[in-house]
Amino acid sequence: MKDALENRIEEFQDRVIAKRNMARAKDIPGWGMDADPENDPAYPMKHTNGADHQRFDYEKPPQQPLDMEVFHSIERPGVTRVFGTSTPPAGLSGAIRRYAYKYSEATATHWMTLILADRVDVIQGKLNDLKHGVLPNPWVERGWNAEWKYNRSAFIGKAATTALLITAGIMLLSKKNSSKQHSREW
Amino acid sequence: MLAMNFRGPYQIRADRNRPEPEIKHPMDAIVRVTRSLICGSDLHLYHGLVPDTRVGMTFGHEFTGIVEEVGSGVKKLKVGDHVLVPFNIACGSCPHCKQELYGNCHEANAEATAVGGFFGYAHTGGGYDGGQAEYVRVPYADVSPTVIPEGMDPENAVLLTDVVPTGYQAAEQGGIQKGDTVVVFGAGPVGLLAARFSWFFGAGRVIVIDELEYRLEFARKFAFAEAYNFREMDDPVVFLKKATDYFGADVCIDAVGCDATGSAFQNITGKGLLLQAGNATAFHWAVNSVKKGGIVSIIGVYGPPWNLVPLGSIMNKGITIRGNQASVKRLLPKMIDHIMSGRINPKEIITHRFPLEEIPDAYRMFSKKMDNIIKPLLIPPRANA
Repeated sequence: MKDALENRIEEFQDRVIAKRNMARAKDIPGWGMDADPENDPAYPMKHTNGADHQRFDYEKPPQQPLDMEVFHSIERPGVTRVFGTSTPPAGLSGAIRRYAYKYSEATATHWMTLILADRVDVIQGKLNDLKHGVLPNPWVERGWNAEWKYNRSAFIGKAATTALLITAGIMLLSKKNSSKQHSREW
Repeated sequence: MLAMNFRGPYQIRADRNRPEPEIKHPMDAIVRVTRSLICGSDLHLYHGLVPDTRVGMTFGHEFTGIVEEVGSGVKKLKVGDHVLVPFNIACGSCPHCKQELYGNCHEANAEATAVGGFFGYAHTGGGYDGGQAEYVRVPYADVSPTVIPEGMDPENAVLLTDVVPTGYQAAEQGGIQKGDTVVVFGAGPVGLLAARFSWFFGAGRVIVIDELEYRLEFARKFAFAEAYNFREMDDPVVFLKKATDYFGADVCIDAVGCDATGSAFQNITGKGLLLQAGNATAFHWAVNSVKKGGIVSIIGVYGPPWNLVPLGSIMNKGITIRGNQASVKRLLPKMIDHIMSGRINPKEIITHRFPLEEIPDAYRMFSKKMDNIIKPLLIPPRANA
């Protein structure tokens, strides 16, 4: 059993250390300059202005034109005045997302369905790449250049183990197939 | 243009064929990126832990850039301004923005009400493309983007877009009082800054817990903290109780979030099966290590916001155990003052600089903590065009 840190902490008595630190606090740039006894329990605190009942009557910015399909949480009435246009829903993953947005953010259905859509989207992305003549390059895209430079031995070990497991799996499957074929011949 | 292109978990492309962004709203601006960073929370996207992270997205919520074009409604910014762009997209007029909760704006994220609008942070964060690109569309350009003060180091400026205010808010949310003992879980960039800023509130003792020796050493030097490796402990909670006269720390800060390590059970249920909002080990340690009546400050990002305990919502909505996304705009004046006065030089945490073209390697290195990496900076080819 290692000599765990908690068995060696006689020296770490809290108040003693805190007092000692405070005695030399002047050596720490900025020490105590933002201390505020009123700041407890601290931000975020509500800033009341005497007219909180008017807080929802704010002037809204103009609406960004809705020139694409944008999902919105059913916990709000419509899309926000401004929204992102990064990657509109498409294909099967889009259909799954459309289903997810029928449920509130309080439900597992909403979030887990989105996670499922994300995984489908990855396959869809690969098919799209191929459709556009783009061949994925895992060596570059997975940052294996960096692994080769900074983590070579572990990287080679992992690659060898993976290759070994794949080979063993293929051999096992081909053995099963040949024994099935054999039994059919019988 | 050249931009990061997400192709699925652990797979990204430096894509030269991305379309340039356009003005879509009168209050938009187009910014040519001069510097961007990879954030620890980008890794949650990279690892596939955040729902609705769509293939084809560009990440990046920490960037600076030159204003190239402005919409008809933009009044404060002008073409040619060199701006730092806070990661929160905020309208500036809704009740949340009026309360300075810029990370919770009601008019920036259609897809989720529990989460604000953020650059490059999945459709859960509003579906905006981010700054790991040559150009970005910046909505509500008059609200948060801020002209970089004269004389400020550009690397400090880009750190002001998220990590510096986030570290500060982590400490602030803890309500640290003079002499308090603060424990920070996680010695990543945000944890390091949270530890360093804890002193600004008058902490009497700052303890950092992590598993990587190089990060612990960095915490000792950069944050003047006591730093301990939880791999050397039988039980971090028992260690911290013993280290605090069996009372617990006054304040515990979770600066880790869903990608935590240290518990096989949490790993399987959180990161493998996604039955909770990621691996909540750091949060559990924080809750268990804090004294009775103490404060737990969550600044780590969590995954799918459904859960037995809705951690993601707690964190993103700032409703209970002091958690929220940093309100960058609110904190900027104070942060600028701290940097310009020399009290802190945050660019010390930038350990690696990559051309944007090498972004897949940068993500891999940051994800696997290779070459003692703390914070990677990306420089687009047209940074100085």
